[in-house]
Amino acid sequence: MPGLDLQLLLHGQYHDWLLAGLLVALKLGMLTIACALPLAIVIALMRLSPWWPLRWLGSAYVELIRNVPLVAHLLFWYFGAPELLPDAVKERLYAGSYEFVAAAIGLTLYGAAFMAENIRSGIRAIPAVQFEAARALGLGFLPAMRRVVLPQALRVTVPPLLSQAVIMWNDTSIATVIGVGEIMYQAARVESSAFRSPEAFGFASACYLAGSLALTAVAAWIHRRWPVRTL
Amino acid sequence: MIDLIQTYWVYFLIGQYPQGPLGGVVLTVLLAALALLLAMPIGLALGLARVSPVAALRRPVTVLVYLVRGIPLLLMVFWIYFYLPTVTGHKTDQFTTMLVALVVFDGVYLAEIVRAGIQGVPKGQYEAARALGLSHARAMRRVILPQALRSMLPSLVNQFVSTIKATSLGYIIGLTEASFIASQINSQVLVHPTAVYLVLSLMYFLLCFCLSRFAFWLERRQARRDLPRPARSPGSPTASAASSA
Repeated sequence: MPGLDLQLLLHGQYHDWLLAGLLVALKLGMLTIACALPLAIVIALMRLSPWWPLRWLGSAYVELIRNVPLVAHLLFWYFGAPELLPDAVKERLYAGSYEFVAAAIGLTLYGAAFMAENIRSGIRAIPAVQFEAARALGLGFLPAMRRVVLPQALRVTVPPLLSQAVIMWNDTSIATVIGVGEIMYQAARVESSAFRSPEAFGFASACYLAGSLALTAVAAWIHRRWPVRTL
Repeated sequence: MIDLIQTYWVYFLIGQYPQGPLGGVVLTVLLAALALLLAMPIGLALGLARVSPVAALRRPVTVLVYLVRGIPLLLMVFWIYFYLPTVTGHKTDQFTTMLVALVVFDGVYLAEIVRAGIQGVPKGQYEAARALGLSHARAMRRVILPQALRSMLPSLVNQFVSTIKATSLGYIIGLTEASFIASQINSQVLVHPTAVYLVLSLMYFLLCFCLSRFAFWLERRQARRDLPRPARSPGSPTASAASSA
């Protein structure tokens, strides 16, 4: 094994490529996590709704999304979905950087399905009497959720939500399938033009590990700072 | 869409086989099953090491678990596909690459399932076995594992679902599994990308949904069978702690 050429990572063209990849991955990761969370809350509430069509819709969403791999989602949003649009719109899409948008849509919808399940089981971990007492005091479904159940459920759900965030951060790598210029894409590009796989993949490994371990550390801190209260 | 399925279903199912290499849905399922099967002994060994009283066994495995879960599976695939040949001297083909990556991935995840299964068995069982004079190894083999492994069955089926989904990464390195074949069909037909990728998604959905329903059914059956004993959900130490309080 030849020695590692760290110069390659510190400056020059390859350094620029990899750094650009890291920025795109960070942008994609933060955007999808930020968009998936509110969507997931809505879906989780739908699944707990007293009205069955909403409940059914919520579980249909979760099951349909969860049981299809992310690669298939991204292929569908990039190659499949634009066909449904008028030709003019389609051309404008592919002329711009539609791959980033398609990856963001796919990752958000995919991550939200898993986050919704985490939130739902967090809410179900709160004894039903809490909700019933709130309703008995005259609060409606949504105020009872917002003021009584969700604040307690949050402590239970934050650790699994953060591990889901780790998974979503790692999943941004799959956006390379549709040509988004994120870390994996740039690492593969450096590998094929410089034949320096250890440096390129070492850089990618360090980036993903740093992100994952940082999020895991935050989860551990939150768990200590706001421990789960049980009755 | 019906036309599309009628023309291409054999190709989608088995690839170019028997004229060419096996591919399509059959390859996807075969790869996932083989990976999970090969990963089982690894997962069991790693899981036992994770709960071992010997720190020299426990620590390196804990680090390995964090490492593998901290990087995307795709990155592992790239390391194996592009870097491994420079060490071994000969090219790793796509199938072997995916198989090795999936075995490592499943091994680590199974290790966590095994660990959760062992920790889900009430502590008194282990203590009683030790008090009766069994060594740690014998207590594990004769008392803990037979109970733990049974409660792991639903998680195992769910891991199979994850593995099937993960095989789709083979698309990126050009393994002729279902997603790759679907793209091939798409570039032959050209005019129906929506239909092609919908059929691909539907195929994954049917496969994975049925399996996860099966896992759910197994879980419920076990919960029912466990009813006479203090209720606990397999693999969750908090639940068993709450019920014993």
